[in-house]
Amino acid sequence: MFWKRFYGVLTARNLEFWRDKEALSWNLIFPLVLVVAFAFLFDSDDRTLLRVGVVGAEQVEELQTLGYVNQIPYDDLSHAKRRLEQHQLDLVVSPMQGAYWYNAQSSGSALAAELFLARTVDYQAEQVEGQALRYVDWVLPGILAMNMMFSCLYGVGYVIVRYRKNSVLKRMQATPLSAFEFLLAQVVSRIWLVMATLVVVYLICHAIFNFVMEGSYWLLLLLGLIGSVCIAALGLMVASRTRSEELSRGLLDFISWPMLLLSGVWFSLDGSPIWVQQLAQIFPLTHLIDAARAVMFDGAGLAAVLPEIGILLLMTLVFLGVGAYLFRWTGDGR
Amino acid sequence: MGESILTTRGLTKIYNGIAVVDQLDLDIPAGICFGLLGPNGAGKTTTIEMLEGILKPDGGEIYYQGAPVGTGFYQKVGIQFQHTALPDFLKVSDVLNLFSRFYDAPLPRDELIAWCSLEDLLDRDHRKLSGGQKQRLLLALALMNDPDLLFLDEPTTGLDPQARRNFWELVRSVRSRGKTVLLTTHYMDEAEQLCDQIAVLDKGTIIAEGAPRALLNQHFHGALIRIPVGNFQGDLPEFFAHAELQGDFLQLQATEVDSTLGELMQAGIPLTGLQVESANLDDLFLKLTGHELRGE
Repeated sequence: MFWKRFYGVLTARNLEFWRDKEALSWNLIFPLVLVVAFAFLFDSDDRTLLRVGVVGAEQVEELQTLGYVNQIPYDDLSHAKRRLEQHQLDLVVSPMQGAYWYNAQSSGSALAAELFLARTVDYQAEQVEGQALRYVDWVLPGILAMNMMFSCLYGVGYVIVRYRKNSVLKRMQATPLSAFEFLLAQVVSRIWLVMATLVVVYLICHAIFNFVMEGSYWLLLLLGLIGSVCIAALGLMVASRTRSEELSRGLLDFISWPMLLLSGVWFSLDGSPIWVQQLAQIFPLTHLIDAARAVMFDGAGLAAVLPEIGILLLMTLVFLGVGAYLFRWTGDGR
Repeated sequence: MGESILTTRGLTKIYNGIAVVDQLDLDIPAGICFGLLGPNGAGKTTTIEMLEGILKPDGGEIYYQGAPVGTGFYQKVGIQFQHTALPDFLKVSDVLNLFSRFYDAPLPRDELIAWCSLEDLLDRDHRKLSGGQKQRLLLALALMNDPDLLFLDEPTTGLDPQARRNFWELVRSVRSRGKTVLLTTHYMDEAEQLCDQIAVLDKGTIIAEGAPRALLNQHFHGALIRIPVGNFQGDLPEFFAHAELQGDFLQLQATEVDSTLGELMQAGIPLTGLQVESANLDDLFLKLTGHELRGE
């Protein structure tokens, strides 16, 4: 009986979404337009700063006086070299090893290498090569994750509040349907739609831009699934009790905008203050995007992204637990 | 009178320190149509929503078939709220499919569709139904599980006269299948047409309870005679001294209609505009509370 009731709500919710052509096309067109727009607007390589990765130290003294050099500390040399190969860094310096690496295929890197040579001695030069990571490659996981975030938060959270306000939930309550069955169907319906959108948008964009993909598509799909469950659960938590569409919109904005700005959707947080990087760790989107980029650009396997998966699953449990505890069909404690 | 299907003892609901339902004791026999009557704000909807399990009472107990209401209650009862919305973009047939999946033993689809006359509406978006059509669909949802007890909260409010009569016919057919119907209404004619037994609510308490006809017989004798005030010139005749002024009419409760009419003619009072009516539940409510049933 559980499955029959669950399937009933799932089918109805899917029909509702499928027949709402305006929402459906918006869900597909919005991320496509964003990806294409960002590819053409921001893909010129005219950064004024040189970005230097420093391995095993905070700063290279010799470069400190130069205002236009941005030094980014790395713990892991291979990670930094990977960024250099992808033209995300102009130079990698390891003061402990007394070596530096540059990418001969990048004009910025050649410039940085000359500059570094002029100001230092005793450093050994090493060369790397690699396919440049365009901004559109880099921003794609962010845009897809952002679209997923909005779709999950508003498609689950806002819809439930609307159902509660216009008494759809009250009618459902007066049947044998349990809150769990109803909410699970809402989440599953939304996730299946989000994943389908994700795949369609990725395939269309891939046909245009031929994205960099070093890792496994299956792992990327798994990450998308876990991430969307987590954010849908967050939407459920927000929608657990209120009848006010205004309040829920405010709460969802309050959650989504900081994530949009600080989860690394548009720009890397590598060079930002440490407290910003720490703050970003509270957002599920940060972990999702970090893991997705690791898979896509560094070819990370399951083991490498397991910590991010663990954090996302833990967050999901917390959101679901709190949401289930607070949930009311009719709201306002009634 | 059969065994009670639904019983309450001391049922109470408090909002902002005020008891909107106050120590209510109800015994609703199985197999009848029971009406909860009262003006807006009397506590009808609060009462019925506590009985439906939607609102949590602040005091008292509710028993369904002699036992406290437990799990499985919604498999056995059908509910039609005063205001209901359904998920957007669904056709009538989709809505029927959705609700049929909620129940262990739903009525056969064709039987339900025929019962509520939904044959021609199946492909329509439920948001484009007329008031009467929508109420028929909502009734079909409430009847989906072939319930023993059907709750109807002001089901015909806002319907045109024809749609109301059609809906009454449906309620009678439910009743004729041996179901119990619990109905709230502020339309007295609806209660008179449908209900075997009524409880009149005012300010959260029951002020009268019984069969409509028995209640009227208990409180009124004979008929009500109404004559326009303008028909009287000078002082009122002695036999009309107890008449009450109701708008432009003087109203007298007459035990013997024939003799009262004779006396009026003898006194030379014109009978133009005269009305003779049996007392109805509106009159009863006015008599019991001193204010109109439909007043706010």
